[in-house]
Amino acid sequence: MAEGSKRRIHFSKLYSFSCLKSPFRDGHSQIGNKGYSRVVHCNDPDNPEAVQLNYGDNYVSTTKYTAFNFIPKSLFEQFRRVANIYFLVVACVSFSPLAPFTALSIVAPLLVVIGVTMAKEAVEDWRRRKQDIEANNRKVHVYGNSYTFVETRWKKLRVGDIIKVYKDEYFPADLFLLSSSYEDGVCYVDTMNLDGETNLKLKQALGATIHLHDEKSLQKFRAVVKCEDPNENLYSFIGTLHYDGRGYDLSLQQILLRDSKLKNTDYIYGVVIFTGHDTKVMQNSTDPPSKRSKIERKMDKIIYILFSTLILISFIGSVFFGVETKRDTSVGRYRRWYLHPDNTTVFYDPRRATLASILHFLTALMLYGYLIPISLYVSIEIVKVLQSIFINHDQEMYYEETDRPARARTSNLNEELGQVDTVLCDKTGTLTCNSMEFVKCSIAGIPYGRGMAEVEKALARRGKDEESEVDGGSFLGQNNEALDSRHPIKGFNFEDERMMNGQWVNEPCPDFIQKFFRVLAICHTAIPDVDKESGEISYEAESPDEAAFVIAARELGFEFFARTQTSISLHELNYESGKKVDRVYQLLHVLEFSSSRKRMSVIVKNEENQLLLLCKGADSVMFERLSQHGRQFEAETRDHIKRYAEAGLRTLVITYRELDEEEYKLWDKDFSKFKSTLTEDRDALVDAAADKMEKDLILLGATAVEDRLQKGVPECIKKLARAKIKLWVLTGDKMETAVNIGYACSLLRQDMKQIVITLDSPDILSLEKQGDKEALAKASLESINMQIREGISQIKSAKESSNTSKGSSPGFGLIIDGKSLDYSLNKMLARSFFELAVNCASVICCRSSPKQKARVTRLVKMGTGKTTLSIGDGANDVGMLQEADIGVGISGAEGMQAVMASDFAIAQFRFLERLLLVHGHWCYRRISMMICYFFYKNIAFGFTLFWFEAYASFSGQAAYNDWYMSFYNVFFTSLPVIALGVFDQDVSAKLCLKYPFLYLEGVEDILFSWPRILGWMLNGVLSSLMIFFLTTNSVLNQAFRIDGKVVDFEILGVTMYTCVVWTVNCQMALSINYFTWIQHFFIWGSIAFWYVFVLIYGYLSPAISTTAYRVFVEACAPSVLYWLVTLLVVVCVLLPYFSYRSFQSRFLPMYHDIIQRNQVEGLEIGLSDDELPKQSQGKLLHLRERLKQREL
Amino acid sequence: MATSNAGSNDPSTTRRQSKRPKYSKFTQQELPACKPILTPRAVISAFLIVTVVFIPIGVASLLASHDVVEIIDRYDAQCIPTNVTDKVAYIQTPGEKPCTRELHVEKRMKSPIYVYYQLDNFYQNHRRYVKSRNDEQLRDSGKANSVSGCEPEDDANGMPIVPCGLIAWSLFNDTYVFSRNSDNLTVNKKGISWKSDREHKFGSDVFPKNFQNGSIIGGGRLDANLSLSEQEDLIVWMRTAALPTFRKLYGKIEVDLEKGDVIKVNLQNNYNTYSFSGKKKLVLSTTSWLGGKNDFLGIGYLTVGGLSIFLAMVFTIIYLIKPRQLGDPSYLSWNRNPGGH
Repeated sequence: MAEGSKRRIHFSKLYSFSCLKSPFRDGHSQIGNKGYSRVVHCNDPDNPEAVQLNYGDNYVSTTKYTAFNFIPKSLFEQFRRVANIYFLVVACVSFSPLAPFTALSIVAPLLVVIGVTMAKEAVEDWRRRKQDIEANNRKVHVYGNSYTFVETRWKKLRVGDIIKVYKDEYFPADLFLLSSSYEDGVCYVDTMNLDGETNLKLKQALGATIHLHDEKSLQKFRAVVKCEDPNENLYSFIGTLHYDGRGYDLSLQQILLRDSKLKNTDYIYGVVIFTGHDTKVMQNSTDPPSKRSKIERKMDKIIYILFSTLILISFIGSVFFGVETKRDTSVGRYRRWYLHPDNTTVFYDPRRATLASILHFLTALMLYGYLIPISLYVSIEIVKVLQSIFINHDQEMYYEETDRPARARTSNLNEELGQVDTVLCDKTGTLTCNSMEFVKCSIAGIPYGRGMAEVEKALARRGKDEESEVDGGSFLGQNNEALDSRHPIKGFNFEDERMMNGQWVNEPCPDFIQKFFRVLAICHTAIPDVDKESGEISYEAESPDEAAFVIAARELGFEFFARTQTSISLHELNYESGKKVDRVYQLLHVLEFSSSRKRMSVIVKNEENQLLLLCKGADSVMFERLSQHGRQFEAETRDHIKRYAEAGLRTLVITYRELDEEEYKLWDKDFSKFKSTLTEDRDALVDAAADKMEKDLILLGATAVEDRLQKGVPECIKKLARAKIKLWVLTGDKMETAVNIGYACSLLRQDMKQIVITLDSPDILSLEKQGDKEALAKASLESINMQIREGISQIKSAKESSNTSKGSSPGFGLIIDGKSLDYSLNKMLARSFFELAVNCASVICCRSSPKQKARVTRLVKMGTGKTTLSIGDGANDVGMLQEADIGVGISGAEGMQAVMASDFAIAQFRFLERLLLVHGHWCYRRISMMICYFFYKNIAFGFTLFWFEAYASFSGQAAYNDWYMSFYNVFFTSLPVIALGVFDQDVSAKLCLKYPFLYLEGVEDILFSWPRILGWMLNGVLSSLMIFFLTTNSVLNQAFRIDGKVVDFEILGVTMYTCVVWTVNCQMALSINYFTWIQHFFIWGSIAFWYVFVLIYGYLSPAISTTAYRVFVEACAPSVLYWLVTLLVVVCVLLPYFSYRSFQSRFLPMYHDIIQRNQVEGLEIGLSDDELPKQSQGKLLHLRERLKQREL
Repeated sequence: MATSNAGSNDPSTTRRQSKRPKYSKFTQQELPACKPILTPRAVISAFLIVTVVFIPIGVASLLASHDVVEIIDRYDAQCIPTNVTDKVAYIQTPGEKPCTRELHVEKRMKSPIYVYYQLDNFYQNHRRYVKSRNDEQLRDSGKANSVSGCEPEDDANGMPIVPCGLIAWSLFNDTYVFSRNSDNLTVNKKGISWKSDREHKFGSDVFPKNFQNGSIIGGGRLDANLSLSEQEDLIVWMRTAALPTFRKLYGKIEVDLEKGDVIKVNLQNNYNTYSFSGKKKLVLSTTSWLGGKNDFLGIGYLTVGGLSIFLAMVFTIIYLIKPRQLGDPSYLSWNRNPGGH
């Protein structure tokens, strides 16, 4: 309690009363009704009534499975996939005589596949469980029967328990605040885990309970809380406390939510009201909507195609089989007598040929089941998990400053990253740092601050040609770093020798400057935090803007260092004496900031007993409140504010007023009265009273705060534009600010034509003033419609002219404000608006609300049918993130809310470039190649069975040994394809970034287009045909060895299978461009493994190996023909693909072919661009160092 | 979700150990790799290598195939007396059906000369047929009773059949006796089956029992005094053929046959292929290092080799006619849409 004395102040007075009122006053009448039935017996959890209610304990489980339901539930999950059900049915039927293979050889691969998937699930769930165990076993102090606080675990808490939570501890359940270490029962909580807001929130206990300060007083405390049932609404709470025979209304103000943290308060006492899964945070913890990638959805269609093929060929097979079987008998004669058609089972009975052929159909479904790749899903899952690991481990996407690597929160969407067509982007915190910096001010009509805002720099660049712009981009980055090193003070980037180091006293109006910074130092709600060791002061402020002001004041000699309940203390530089003095201002009132008031004031009494009202606010509300004699510098200030806004800065007007003692006393009485009323119109009354005071102000000047662009944003945006990714910025800013930010970050370029849609025309404004809503809506709609049409026709004419002149069109930038957006999203206009928007290279929506952001996202998603990616950092972006195909959260200053709703989390906007252009491109390429190849290899294999059937009168005899077949998908072909999916790179990361147009392969879906997929399938069919006919024609019917032996069924099986394994693996080797030892190992290892397998399997007893018994060692290996056939078949089968690829990549190259080729043939490009400079730089450095050494 | 993350978000715990991903070539996906790409040189040399390798192999295969002397004689139609109209009835009538054939040796045949019979349209690969055997019974004399899978040729007169099943039951039973200039040419029937079959699949103490005693007689009979491992005809027959046209080894003639020799074959035409109109052929063939006479492989190799050189030429020609500037910058522009996509 060392700081207790300082902290024990009535903070409630510091804050205006308005923030402590309950917003749900009327809801209390519903208590006891449906939905509001919860009863909590405080401090009495053993009460029989409480026991009867049987609320759950505080045990929380976030696992998907429990030990008992793991097997059934995970099996159920797996068999929701059509393909898996098919394999399950096949496995069941395989025990009947219908099966063409032994049952075990069908069940084994299924078991392997299911087992691997289940193991993956189990591992994931085990991680979750470990986290649960950690959370459930955290310690908390609970008020026990012995009337003392005893330590217990979180999970043991019951509803009604009183617990004590210390500073910096998390609340274990939803609590009702009884009292805190402060006398007035307030406490501060950090709700970052809940809503992502970083500022502290104030909670206050009811007056009736704040006396419950120690263990003794709690002994007799009994009360009943009646409140709403558990629900997920974080921003409301309705309940009543029945205590001492009186009822008190409870509001959110008394509720402490689980997973928020106690801050700046030594301890609190609270009653548990919701436990475990009833808590608000748990009620909120539904998983984000599960998204599936486009490729996967397309893959389902391919699976259906394969199923149709399967059914078709099975049908063909069974028709032929039926006909052949029927022909076996005719009037007492049996055609194929060796099959004993006279005495047979139903499966081959010529007299019941129809039935036999129906049964055969089932057999065929099983036999050709190899067309459906059983291991596809599990392979894709494994591959995606590994890809996510690569994303998580990418050092280039690690942000040192916040110690955050990139995180793929879901592995479902990796390949979707490679197909993004439109990026929808938040501004604050996403493009900018969301750390405000005080850069400029205008005091008494004189502008101060020499530093250039980034936007200004960008604007300055606009005049220059393209070449220097590129240079300027990198130059700017270096510049910034240099600035950073000179100004390590966060939130302060003010440069002006006239002001710094106390020089401002020599300026024309030092008194104005003094007052100006006094206002900045006093008029705020920040709390100073003095570091005891260094004596440095940091501030906890509600918003970064406010912190920037206080810091600016400190840097210029008005150091705010202490705050008590009634006073604010400053170290102040006196301009007359030039000395530092401490001054204490008596704090009388704080008139809170609100978005409707757009201003904030404090009323203080200085040491000279002067009453002062200090006020800062938005220019739109402040200028009209100036007094007649306070308008001295109005014109200049207005002009400066306009310039600041154009430079993308946030401005505030600073004013003050001296108050008359009498006037104040009169007003104070009124104001205090209003504040303590409990009527509905209290807010309005308080506001009106405040309004009364905030007039006749004297203008001091204006501040300009910059929200700096994040590092690398313009370069990143330029790259994305070159990858033809459209970027929409959805921001809440003013149009001017948004446009200028647009220029600063290369979103709008000099050569672009702007199309602006706005409702700021005079007639609309006048209608607005009249207040005729219907007329306004109608006029607005018409005006928007007209503007959209105009825009479209502009674009059309531009296109036509560019078509005729064959030059590239300059591109358009669309800028639209929130109000117009509302109308544009109307059903009537959405279409044409959309048509306009997609034809623009970049779109900026200003003044848009979170809801509008989500609506725009949906419009783009639905309208284009292409992949959208939303990127944002704040809670207001959550809707947008969830709506888009991919949500990317920036794990920045605004907490975790956006990250929790996102699919990928990165620390900086610029990492998006790498995430999309490198990882997205690779993953897209890998997954699409992998799926195509998967189908290829299974078709190539499955169809050889079919061709063989055609020569076995479709009897259902498989060409190969059962175990060759069941190992096909699991051992001989699966690992190379996984290696492809995990490691393949068409071009290196550096080149991906250098040639962003490569990304178009994904946007245009070239690698997974239907022609390509069908091409691969056709290739598969062709391969199987060639394998079958080349093999059979080469080795049959003559002797295949020097000793005159001929090829029989077993040997043909091995020969064909060898060809299949070689072919599909070599096909893989041919279609990838990237061989590390892993690829080599898997591809050649798979082939080698086949030989090893057939060798070992052949040496098992003939009872096990049946037809494979010594077939390789004895029959095949010594035959030259066997090896020659393998060579012929492999080369012959690969020749068409190889020729196609070599001609296509030369004469109709795809993007990656071009880049690869340039890399090999034209290294000069790479050298001229960046490698030479780097080398020469290195040399220069080296030379310099040597020179230095010589000097020494 | 929030619960599980609550602990790790505590800044005091994260500051201590950096979350910076550890560097390794593997995790950064920078493993040393070879990146073969299809440059014109690579393409042309690949085609040429294929040509260079394949043409000689093709020529060698063709030569080998041409070295082989093969005599094929189809006798199924000729060995039916001309007055017989119902061939099936004829062949099904018990009794001897002798037939004499003459084979003319066009070219010197060096011993060993392999004698094959070739059947046509005979589905030894039919699922019912392939499965209709019991390997246990063939291997183990104690397992005579295990006849599962052999139905309906599993037992006759209440006794298990050894060897059971359709394959054994339909054993080929035409016989050939060769003579040259009235000298008998001995046919060696030893070693015509796979060694592993003789030693591990067919027991040396398993004897035929109750074979061909059922109501319908299928094919050949077996000598009940010879163990199965010595009955090589059966062993050969039971290695089922892959496709409906197949050859099986009958025996070896171990003397050279000279050009112009006339070989007289006395054969017993017993086997019924007439029901399913299958051909029967007698084949005498020598072998080369590559096996028997088949030009397919050689032609295949030559075709692929030829095709490769053709493709190499086409590629070169197109490349010369339509060369593209290396590193053409226009293809790198993002304004253009290369490649016809």
